[in-house]
Amino acid sequence: MNRRRFIKSVAATGGATSIAASAPSALAQDAKRETLVVANEFGPNSLDIHGVGANRPAYGVAVNAYDRLMTFGRKKLPDGTMSYDYNKLEPELAESWQVAKDGQSVTFRLRRNATFHDGTKVTAKDVKWSYDRALGMGGFPQFQMRAGSLNDAKQFIVVDDQTFRVELDRRDKMAMPNMAVPVPSIYNSALAQKNATDKDPWAATWLRNNTAGGGAFRVEAWRPGQELIYTRFDNWKSGPLPRLRRIVQREIPSAGNRRALLSRGDIDMTYELPPKDFLEMAKEAGPVRVVSTPIENALFYIGMNTTRPPFNNSLVRQAIAFALPYDRMNDIGFWGRGNKMWGAKSNTPAKAEWPVPHGYNTNVPRALELMKQAGMADGFETTLSFDLGGATVGEPISILVQEALARINIKVGINKVPGANWRAALLKKDMPLIFNRFGGWLNFPEYFFYWCYHGQNAVFNTMSYQNPNMDKLIEAARFETDPKRYDAQVKGFIEIAFNEVPRIPVIQPAFDVAMQKNVQGYMYWFHVQPDYRTLFKA
Amino acid sequence: MLRLIGRRLLAAIPNVIGIVVVTFILTRALPGDPAAFYAGPAATQEAVEQVRAKLGLDQPLWKQFVDYVGDLARGDLGLSISTGQQVLDEILRRLPASLELTLLGLVVACAIALPLGILASTRPGSWIDHACRLVTTLGVSLPIFFTGLLLAYVFYYLLGIAPPPVGRLDSMYSPPPHFTGFYLVDSLVAGDVGLFLAAGKQMILPVLTLAIFVLAPIARMTRAAMLGVLSSDFVRTARASGLSSSTVLYRYAFRNAMLPVVTTMGMVFSFMLGSNVVIEKVFAWPGIGSFAVDALVQSDYAPVQGFVLVMAMLFVAINLMIDILYTAIDPRVSIDD
Repeated sequence: MNRRRFIKSVAATGGATSIAASAPSALAQDAKRETLVVANEFGPNSLDIHGVGANRPAYGVAVNAYDRLMTFGRKKLPDGTMSYDYNKLEPELAESWQVAKDGQSVTFRLRRNATFHDGTKVTAKDVKWSYDRALGMGGFPQFQMRAGSLNDAKQFIVVDDQTFRVELDRRDKMAMPNMAVPVPSIYNSALAQKNATDKDPWAATWLRNNTAGGGAFRVEAWRPGQELIYTRFDNWKSGPLPRLRRIVQREIPSAGNRRALLSRGDIDMTYELPPKDFLEMAKEAGPVRVVSTPIENALFYIGMNTTRPPFNNSLVRQAIAFALPYDRMNDIGFWGRGNKMWGAKSNTPAKAEWPVPHGYNTNVPRALELMKQAGMADGFETTLSFDLGGATVGEPISILVQEALARINIKVGINKVPGANWRAALLKKDMPLIFNRFGGWLNFPEYFFYWCYHGQNAVFNTMSYQNPNMDKLIEAARFETDPKRYDAQVKGFIEIAFNEVPRIPVIQPAFDVAMQKNVQGYMYWFHVQPDYRTLFKA
Repeated sequence: MLRLIGRRLLAAIPNVIGIVVVTFILTRALPGDPAAFYAGPAATQEAVEQVRAKLGLDQPLWKQFVDYVGDLARGDLGLSISTGQQVLDEILRRLPASLELTLLGLVVACAIALPLGILASTRPGSWIDHACRLVTTLGVSLPIFFTGLLLAYVFYYLLGIAPPPVGRLDSMYSPPPHFTGFYLVDSLVAGDVGLFLAAGKQMILPVLTLAIFVLAPIARMTRAAMLGVLSSDFVRTARASGLSSSTVLYRYAFRNAMLPVVTTMGMVFSFMLGSNVVIEKVFAWPGIGSFAVDALVQSDYAPVQGFVLVMAMLFVAINLMIDILYTAIDPRVSIDD
């Protein structure tokens, strides 16, 4: 019964009903090979990445059901894993583009034969409407667009049906890659506008539950809280046709059950498990393969509030950096799954890269000495806060920090903040000591530093760190065109960040995915959502 | 009877009004800032304020309340930001899932607990009494997530006889056309026996887990009530009159012992509905409990308010039903005065 029903559904989508009746078993096997079953802790809360509160899995919908003008190329990492390539932009909906000599505008030629899922031709009008929408919806999509100097709808110009031009106020190296992230997805403007109202000109309500895209997969069914089912869009022209025909993405909250489902072969892939499970599965000889990739531009760190004593004193901050039990934090908190961010030869980075290890390591005598210099030999009392939403890591780390700081006479209380309150607590900027994580989409050091160290004091400058010299270097690097000077600027602000150490980087986390061994074509993306377009089953 | 129902429903109105006010104030009093939460990963203060305005949370509290009551009057429970759906749709979809599980769990629990309790009470101190004690102690003391995970581990992972714990249906099936929202009923209405079996199979482990957990209070209550009744005068009289022991036991003793048992069942049922969260999480069941808890964790006000309101109405309905059952069980009981 299972098999027959299954064939029926696949045959209906493939339009091969008559064959299904004659050769059921061969077809069933094909169907199984062309269907991917994925289970994660939770699914999208919206099909529209521009919507208020769209969660991470909603970014995945944008990736698979919508196209962008451009996408990133791919490269092989040293360990053999495939990853998107930050330095290579490739055509998606746009078949070619031309950047003006002064770098202040770029003209895209759209594919002639590209259509949306409903068969409507994709035109420059749709592109403009979508870009306007990303700005007009406000909140997250607007801020992401602005990160690449896309500030105003006037910058988006429809030249003709096939030609779209973006004008920039200044040369900005983030502008182009920022048009390949999931936010500037291209929407079917005619379909969306049909479902817009006077109060809702961007059709936000309708697009939350429906897609109007032209991506490689269409959403066949979405049952919030249960599952999302994709079927392949056979007329997809923006890349090689995916080999998977159908993807079932289910929500299975219990991590233990996801692991059991994977071990028994009932699901093909899962993204979110505690690090311990990934470690064990990676060691097991079973049918499961674990792929682990360091998350670019992401760090777990200990942050200190620099606006008030005792952490306004850089000697105290350095003392803490020498007191942290890095190895134990890595082993116990992260199960060794991540890149170490400590113990470099010095605080001066060799290359203009980020993240790189800092020069501190566990050295208690040195920490005691620094405390003495700071006039704090008797220590003080403080509170370490962490997000309960990430308690699997936060809890053991906090206890290790508490133990370690006791050795330099600092008495640490632990404050567990519920997930819902964490962002609000960060915004208030009054926690003295925190354990937190930040990751930036765009893989530029100055992008990370702009959010985390710049005097504009964004939410993620959780230390409220202010240093005009650093601001100057960050701003200069952002628009620097000379590679040598750029290198010096990046090394400069990294060195300040390490010497002054308002935050102590601990671990660059790894992104783990567990899948059946026959699942091939996995590729790491900065948005850490599955890209089903490249996946297939051997 | 109709007058009774009407009067009880009228009496429930002030309760419901009170609940509306209290949940509104409570959700607002919770720490946490939904605007900050939903502003997304790269939010600035400005972005947070934009989101706040969009959610209507920049309005004064009284204005928010007036808007909320106005929406309620139109049957609009608001929008859940965490799932992106209308709260009413979400509840209508999830409540049957929870109800189906809970009802079945209760039926299974009663099927085990009632005979067990009766047998234990007729033979106090015997092996069956000890067995009853053991089962109930185990049922209460095993945490529900533990039982659930254990059952899934043994019957699915090790033995492979139970279906995968993936929710109401395996991914090969699509749900039956919506009629009652109970998959077991809807699949039969649609005449699809295969689907009925598939949905039934998915229910076995979660229903067992639930039953193990709730059979304890029912069995204990049955035993205690039966012991009390069996030692009472009218039972002695019945025995002395030479009535067969089964007549004494079932027609006289059990019927009289039912009152406290039914009360317990009512309490257990409403308790189960709300506290199914753990089971729902373990078995990926798209129920109403996990919906409310997820919303709470994410400062999503509308679902929490909607959940409490719906639960309150359910409580009113269940209490009413139990009262009606009372009068059916014991005609001397009168609540219509």
